[in-house]
Amino acid sequence: MKKSQQLAVDTRPWRDPGSNKPFVRIKNVTKKFGDVLAVHDVSLDIYRSELFCLLGGSGSGKSTLLRMLAGFERPTSGTIEIDGQDMTDVPPYNRPVNMMFQSYALFPHMSVEQNIAYGLKRDHLPKGEINDRVAELLSLVKLQDYGRRKPHQLSGGQRQRVALARALAKRPKLLLLDEPLGALDKKLREETQFELVKIQEQLGVTFIVVTHDQEEAMTLATRIGVMNLGEIAMIGEPTDIYEFPNSRFVASFIGSANMVEGVVTEDEPGHVRIRSSELGCDIYVAHGVDCAPDQHLWWAIRPEKMVLSREKPQTAHDANVTSGVVEEIAYLGDISLYQVALDSGKRLRVSQTNSVRGNPDAITWEEKVYVSWGDSAGSVLTV
Amino acid sequence: MTITRDPTIPPPRRLKPWNAVERSLAKVGISGRVLVLAAPVLWLLVFFLVPLAVVFGISLTTKQFGRPPYSALLSTEEGTVQLTLHLSNYVRLFTDNLYVAAYLSSIRIAAIATIFTLIIGYPMAYAIARAPDRWRNILLMLVVLPFFTSFLLRVYALIGFMRGNGVINQFLGLFGIEPIVMMQTDFAVYVGIIYTYLPFMILPLYTTLVKLDVSLFEASADLGARPLRTFLSVTLPLSMPGVIAGSMLVFIPAIGEFVIPSLLGGPSTLMIGRVLWDEFFTNTNWPRAAAVAMAMLVVVVVPIMLLQRAQSSVVEK
Repeated sequence: MKKSQQLAVDTRPWRDPGSNKPFVRIKNVTKKFGDVLAVHDVSLDIYRSELFCLLGGSGSGKSTLLRMLAGFERPTSGTIEIDGQDMTDVPPYNRPVNMMFQSYALFPHMSVEQNIAYGLKRDHLPKGEINDRVAELLSLVKLQDYGRRKPHQLSGGQRQRVALARALAKRPKLLLLDEPLGALDKKLREETQFELVKIQEQLGVTFIVVTHDQEEAMTLATRIGVMNLGEIAMIGEPTDIYEFPNSRFVASFIGSANMVEGVVTEDEPGHVRIRSSELGCDIYVAHGVDCAPDQHLWWAIRPEKMVLSREKPQTAHDANVTSGVVEEIAYLGDISLYQVALDSGKRLRVSQTNSVRGNPDAITWEEKVYVSWGDSAGSVLTV
Repeated sequence: MTITRDPTIPPPRRLKPWNAVERSLAKVGISGRVLVLAAPVLWLLVFFLVPLAVVFGISLTTKQFGRPPYSALLSTEEGTVQLTLHLSNYVRLFTDNLYVAAYLSSIRIAAIATIFTLIIGYPMAYAIARAPDRWRNILLMLVVLPFFTSFLLRVYALIGFMRGNGVINQFLGLFGIEPIVMMQTDFAVYVGIIYTYLPFMILPLYTTLVKLDVSLFEASADLGARPLRTFLSVTLPLSMPGVIAGSMLVFIPAIGEFVIPSLLGGPSTLMIGRVLWDEFFTNTNWPRAAAVAMAMLVVVVVPIMLLQRAQSSVVEK
């Protein structure tokens, strides 16, 4: 009991920014390549032992931000602090930071051992200590028998682990990982994800991971920073990002979401009513929203937060239920995805768990169905 | 790798007459593959191996007056064919100090010139490989540009620069510096060789350097290596194939170089190419000249084989 309480305090320092000092502090960092704005005024605090994911599409600036942390790019303006020290003008070879490259960047002319020992030799450690550390790292990544091989004699997954071992060899305070699992196939990626988290927890190193794969970010991260067009669109824990997106971009970028437009008709401290002609019904939201009457806004709901039924369900407040015709069904095994065409022509994606085996009574094509949802199932979005 | 043809795709259509030709050739054991290989093999045979055999043959005869100026290898005496081989030419190569000295001096000059070409060429190749894409082709073009003018003209231009009242000395004269003697020295020969062979060093170096993944350098810096360390531990070992190829392309022709030492070098510049020329044209001693040439071939082939072995051990990938 006491332990879990401690965890709640220790592992989520970002929930109490007043009393915790951030480990990495990115302040108003902007990076321009010629006229192209790659990163625009990004400020971000990352805490010790976090596994922070920078998530974004290509060209979102996430890799540029990572490269600035490693020291390969210099910010056009703004500062980067690591462990209280200004790193803006420190060259990469003097930073307490190591990076795992997307291409792994293993030295092809060196054996696995030599690759791992490379950073240690730069620190002029005694030979015996280097050998001990290399052996320790090889066993950490379960490659004890592969030390004498050259990188080209290894499989993709093995190379990935060598790259990780090499990046961890100098016991960096901060490890940067650029698409660490990008080159692996799906099955291997899933296995490696958990291994990565395990190693991170075991060593307590702060990880910053860049990825375009949201599933990867969800699985790995303590917090996610969603990036779009060089700016941070949202920072939050995976559940926050998914359940409480702050913008239309985040709602549609993470997972899939049905997005409809509406107009505020009732704006009370305890609830909000939105009329949506697209949806063909009112939306009753059981909490206050920062908006004004008659304001035009958007409402997003995840496919799994809605329920399909043949009979019209009873809902309070004369809202949160609409009807349509099933147009498409995608059977995915565990769930089925229904595409329901509403009278307005708007299409909703609704997922239903296939909890009954081979259900003969399942809703099928061309059926008229009611779609309903709870009064706090969706997110009201003003931007 | 095996190539299997998808059975649903019909085999490629062929022209009828070729079918017949191909079939009749196949009966004699000649396939398309053999024909393709035959062309270069034939070319090498006629223009390389046969002349080489002729030179080797001449090297085993002795000098005599007349036409040709060497004794016959085969002679018929009383109905029997006689083969006369003279090894004296080769023996002379080792007993006469001139030849040994010329070989050693050639190797020394070629080796020093190669090292300097490498030292000058490597940074140039590296700069070109790291230049922005749009600049790269222009810079490469500039490297190859000298080849568009005659080699002899360029050597004469060098003379214009280095002679007693040449461009360099006139320039130095502006500052009241006494003229420096450059022509007819080993220095001039080095300048000539380095200048002429620099592109042969730069091009293979460029091809290996441009292929190197930039993230390897970044990884090295990330692991704490300063730029010089990165160069010695990562860049240089990975560009060894280019270093070896470039050095061979400079060293080998430089050993036998004739024009540069005879135009720029002085009487004391001893190189095997000049010795060979003198034996052939001044002394009209064809057999001796042929022996010098054959020995030069061995001198050149041995380092090639050693380097190739070194290269294959570096490149093993």
